Amino acid sequence: MAVTVQEAKVTWKRLPLSSNYAVAYAVKDLDVDVIAAYPITPQTTVVEKIAEFIANGELNAEMIHVESEHSALSATIAASAAGARAFTATASQGLELMHEILHIASGLRLPVVMSIATRALSAPISIWNDYSDLMNTRDTSWITLIASSAQEVYDSIVQAYRIAEDPEVMLPVMVAYDGYLMSHTYEPVLVPEDNKPILDYAPKNYNRIKLDPERPITMGTLTGPEWYYEFKYQQVVAMKKALEKARKADEEFKARFGRGYGLIETFNVEDADVVIVAYGGLYGTVIEALEPLVEKGVKVGAMRLRLWRPFPVEDVKKALGNAKLVTVIDKAISYGARIAGPVALEIMSSFYQDEAKPMIMSIIAGIGQRRITEDTIREIVDYSFKVLDRGRAPEESLYWGVRGVKYE
Amino acid sequence: MSSQAQKKKKRYFKLINQIPRQELFSPGHGLCAGCTAGTIVRHLLKAAGPNTIVVNATGCVEVSTTTYPYTSWKVPWLHLAFENAAAAASGVETAIKVLQRKGVIDPNKKINVVVLGGDGGTYDIGFQALSGMLERGHNVMYVLYDNEAYMNTGIQRSGSTPLFAWTTTTPAGKVWRGERRPKKPIAEIVAAHRVPYVATTNPAYPLDMLNKFKRGLEVEGPTFIHVLQPCPTGWRFDPRYGIKIARLATETGMWVNWELDHGEFDVTVPVPRRKHVKHYLRMQGRFKHLTDEEIEEIQKWVDQEVERINKMVGRQVIGPVEE
Repeated sequence: MAVTVQEAKVTWKRLPLSSNYAVAYAVKDLDVDVIAAYPITPQTTVVEKIAEFIANGELNAEMIHVESEHSALSATIAASAAGARAFTATASQGLELMHEILHIASGLRLPVVMSIATRALSAPISIWNDYSDLMNTRDTSWITLIASSAQEVYDSIVQAYRIAEDPEVMLPVMVAYDGYLMSHTYEPVLVPEDNKPILDYAPKNYNRIKLDPERPITMGTLTGPEWYYEFKYQQVVAMKKALEKARKADEEFKARFGRGYGLIETFNVEDADVVIVAYGGLYGTVIEALEPLVEKGVKVGAMRLRLWRPFPVEDVKKALGNAKLVTVIDKAISYGARIAGPVALEIMSSFYQDEAKPMIMSIIAGIGQRRITEDTIREIVDYSFKVLDRGRAPEESLYWGVRGVKYE
Repeated sequence: MSSQAQKKKKRYFKLINQIPRQELFSPGHGLCAGCTAGTIVRHLLKAAGPNTIVVNATGCVEVSTTTYPYTSWKVPWLHLAFENAAAAASGVETAIKVLQRKGVIDPNKKINVVVLGGDGGTYDIGFQALSGMLERGHNVMYVLYDNEAYMNTGIQRSGSTPLFAWTTTTPAGKVWRGERRPKKPIAEIVAAHRVPYVATTNPAYPLDMLNKFKRGLEVEGPTFIHVLQPCPTGWRFDPRYGIKIARLATETGMWVNWELDHGEFDVTVPVPRRKHVKHYLRMQGRFKHLTDEEIEEIQKWVDQEVERINKMVGRQVIGPVEE
């Protein structure tokens, strides 16, 4: 679809920011009204930075210093119900504590945005990165973006409000990125000198349905078997619409600001027998590892999943359709499943009905931030070609890099 | 007398005919016949008026008044979950504050934010969120309607269930004699947060109840109104006796209508001659298993409570038992 929007005249300043700080700058530039959050590693510097902005008068907002993440999300969505643009941020145990309210946020169609600095789950307690926390939210009806750079984090938070507040969507959005590996590492990020272009792109709509004594509504009713299903089906429909809305939001963002990401990102997939699929910051490591191989003529490519929910089936199939083997690296485990990688499962199901499809191999790695280096990726590439020669992908997920387990 | 204390003495409603006639709580809801929660909510909205947003914790009132596609609420109403009504109200109140500051909502318009929670949603599962809301100083009035058990799920014991009361999880048998602990003193725990206004009331005294709702809304900052709510289904009494039992609760000293207004404590419904607790207990099936000795044990416990209250007020506002 042609995008007709003129590129906005924006003066950018280049700042060294962690992904956490990138979130805070986006929240400031979006003129968010209410922020409710609770400290949790590695999210905390998001709200510390936002607090600084409020304390210095750079953001006209109120911060609610709630006593738990459960209350953080509750207060955030209630502020949204009262008409405010609202935001929260969390990770890991905090996201688990919010879980009940995740469903209520989407069920009440409240367009809040939350950033997740992804982190492993207890027990044993781990403050380090993986995507177990995020993957547990899969069925909560939140639109979920996974960013792979601090710039993309900033841009995705901006896009998130545009998508969430679209009258045809009205669903909450999560923007996830690697805890520590991104939340606490600094990258150059372009942020605007003045936030007007950001608000022009994602304008605030104070006239949506809300708690207003002039027009009283009842929100959060008891709903019996006669109607409950219809409410839930409306969420299904809204999620479907959100896919194209997310695409358009990114396209228009690119047209205005010159940066876009698509719903997925690919590298050399046209010419690859083996495609490595990854998400989050790991994609950068994958590309670093693959570039020299491709230069040497190895027929390998990569794909990054950026939009996790709704799942961009057609985009993924188009990107992976030419490959002979797709190796999906998941940083979360679905315990008790033979294929335990959530994204691997999703890609398998996308191809299941098709006659022609690539072999798909599921690899679990990076659990609790077990190191994944470029060497690790090259080992996975080597192994993938071995599997390709054998002509049959393993029936189970491979637990790459765990002590005592070796794959021949 | 300080100006704050003068204000305290202000009574907004002196006669029943001064109660606003506007009905903001519609009939046709699904509360049990004789349920006094409906009476409480109806009067609450009369005191609060239309510029009010109600945040309801999961519970009897929530499920009985909003069966989609129907609603009993003529004011904006929000329900999120069981344990987070105070957190949700914090969000609503904060949103209004910011939007008024930004001119999105008329800054001169006063919008009341009221929480309505049962005893389960307040004493137990919602206690953390309540404490947070109080400590942060949100301008919210929290109304606890207390029927002394989880009535919505079928009469299970809560932190509010009184000593020896039968519930489905504290049955009276050979070993257990009903609930084994007295009620948690929730209003005093709230008062320990140093909030400006805390009161207890009950629907047998509608003017006392309305004046406390009105005062709770007028005072800036978090306020807390604890309302005893006789429940015909869970307390096992004939639906016509709800108000009578509420009055007996006060007349026997099982319940004391008090207020703590900016640090000044007073009993608003003095009881010069107290009735024996048996008159209250014997009307309710939940206490029918009690022996005379057990009733005397409750009487002793109430006597101690009355003595403590009289000491706090500094004079005898509640008299001895006179039969």
